[in-house]
Amino acid sequence: MKEMSFSQAIEDALTQAMMEDQRVVIFGEDVHALRMNLYTRFGEKRVRPAPISESAFLGAAVGAAMAGLRPFVELIIIDFLAVAADAIVNHAAKVQAFSGGRWKVPMVIRAGCGGGYGDGGQHGQSLWGWIAHIPGLKVVVPSTPADAGGLLLSAIADDSPVFFLEPKLLTDDLLEILGSGGRTTVTYDIPIQGQKGMVPERWEPIPLGQAVVRREGSDVTIAGAGVAIHRAWEAADVLSGEGISASIIDLRSIAPLDRDTVVKDVKRTGCLLVVDDDYRDFGLTGELAAAVLESGLPARYARVAVEGTIPFDPVRERAALPNVDRICEAVRGLMK
Amino acid sequence: MFDSVSLYRKMLTCRRIEEAIAGLWHEGLISGEMHLGIGEEAINAGVLDHLGDGDAVALDHRGTAGMLLMGVEAAAIIKECMGVEDGLCGGMGGHMHMFSKDHLAASSGIVGSSGPAACGFALAAQHLRPEKVAVAFFGEGAMNQGMLMESMNLAAAWDLPVLFVCRDNGTAITTSSASVTGGSLEERARGLGVPAKSINGVDAEAVWNEAAGMLDRVRSGRGPSFLRATCLRPQGHFLGDPLIRMVHKPFSEMMPRTGPLVSSAISSGGASIQQRMASLSKIMAMIGRAARTQLGNTHDPVLRMRKKLQITSVELAGLENEVERNVKNAVENALLSVPAGRKEAAR
Repeated sequence: MKEMSFSQAIEDALTQAMMEDQRVVIFGEDVHALRMNLYTRFGEKRVRPAPISESAFLGAAVGAAMAGLRPFVELIIIDFLAVAADAIVNHAAKVQAFSGGRWKVPMVIRAGCGGGYGDGGQHGQSLWGWIAHIPGLKVVVPSTPADAGGLLLSAIADDSPVFFLEPKLLTDDLLEILGSGGRTTVTYDIPIQGQKGMVPERWEPIPLGQAVVRREGSDVTIAGAGVAIHRAWEAADVLSGEGISASIIDLRSIAPLDRDTVVKDVKRTGCLLVVDDDYRDFGLTGELAAAVLESGLPARYARVAVEGTIPFDPVRERAALPNVDRICEAVRGLMK
Repeated sequence: MFDSVSLYRKMLTCRRIEEAIAGLWHEGLISGEMHLGIGEEAINAGVLDHLGDGDAVALDHRGTAGMLLMGVEAAAIIKECMGVEDGLCGGMGGHMHMFSKDHLAASSGIVGSSGPAACGFALAAQHLRPEKVAVAFFGEGAMNQGMLMESMNLAAAWDLPVLFVCRDNGTAITTSSASVTGGSLEERARGLGVPAKSINGVDAEAVWNEAAGMLDRVRSGRGPSFLRATCLRPQGHFLGDPLIRMVHKPFSEMMPRTGPLVSSAISSGGASIQQRMASLSKIMAMIGRAARTQLGNTHDPVLRMRKKLQITSVELAGLENEVERNVKNAVENALLSVPAGRKEAAR
């Protein structure tokens, strides 16, 4: 084991994947700068800067994946997906189904996601519920460096289009560029245990669609992904002082969604709180409520999620995103 | 009539306001990214000087100066950049997402999106405000965005009164635009049926004259035009641009990157030595390009305009003092809206 930052883990696992498989090629905006080390090591043929043409290069990734490459596309932030949604929604997601399973689209779209650093509602969205809504797409959201590297290998090895979303608050590279810009005068509420952590000497794939129980409790199950896991952990510490014992389930992958692990835990606690940095309506929080209902369990349920457009004002942004206070309050409400 | 003094006042105001915003950003009173238009004053002022009531403008992520030149109050803009409740958009948008319905001025952080927006403004003008126009501002990087090319065709096909203004600094974020762009931008516009011209965007008078002619044509209902104006942006893509930091603080900014880069160049497995050297030399070229973006005397549109003024030094000093005073007042006014706790946390 060794210690790595979230961003180092991603680059390290990516290096391993590129060494193991010559078909893995990276392209996207500014990759020569964002992936300076890989650009140097693997050359421009495999790490290729693209024009600001998301429709073209995401669409090209679909074609390249169909024709034998395993493209790893850098989209910088997931908000930019909207510019090129057609390539993903109508093509990447459909080819396998349309071809009767005979032709697959093995590609990864990597993007930063989430707010918490005051960049406005067009650069701080999470959008994984939007992606997971479309059959044929997978989406993973790691919360630790070890998961980031392991899930990245599985995403690259997968034969479907996989979104690899990095919560920007956990990254040292994207957050430094977009948030601080070299300043020491700004601080963000960064979950340290997500930004740095122990990782294996050599990366092994972590299967997609397997949640992990981070903390075992008896009164309430808290489920979520990414930054929400760290906020939930802090909240669980506060709640344990009040005699409330919380489980925390890190979903790690939104699609496929490990409903079983959540339902199994709720069977014990009888109570589910879903914490989501994505929008509340028609998303992950409702999906997990449906999973519990479908299982026939009589459970109490609440959710903490983003309820509207994320405000630019950092103070209102913090209030709009799931935070420790909101999680504690929701759990207390469930315990009444 | 071209009024050099009035235009200089506008350009200087933009410069000083943006410098003040940069100061607030460095102090930590502005969070996230901050894209400024320092170096682009001649283009912004030279074009927008021709707009009046009922004309509309679609701005990109670099819209501070555009908002100011459309008549939005400086303090409201600064407050919005800081995200306070009484900012231009109540602190909800921030600098990339500023909107002023009264001025028909809108901005967006999505590259290329000002093209379609301007087409919509122009379509509404055709119906509701005859002889009014819409202007779209964007960078040369946006010229590779499908929605912008589509909107140029739409404007040509529908004879929409749009002036497309491309501020070309040759760099799309950190990528050399020449390395990711096929053909010439003017030819591309002409191919879509949009008359096009390229000029030196540092020369305010040249921009003003070219924009006057193009906007006359646009206003008369003869369809869109495309103006490409070249410029330099000393701050790079945004404040704190890593490339600009490497140029100014090569030791502290480059040192942490050097080890991993060297190891990438020599680790076993990967591309050939020639390919690796080619990558390294492109990285060096990228930093070199960033180093050549400093305005100096020849590329500073504000200084250049100042030298052309035909007024006495007393009049010039009076004008400049007045601008400084107005900017200082706007900043002080804006700071009154910042809660005390935030000011202290920032400093």
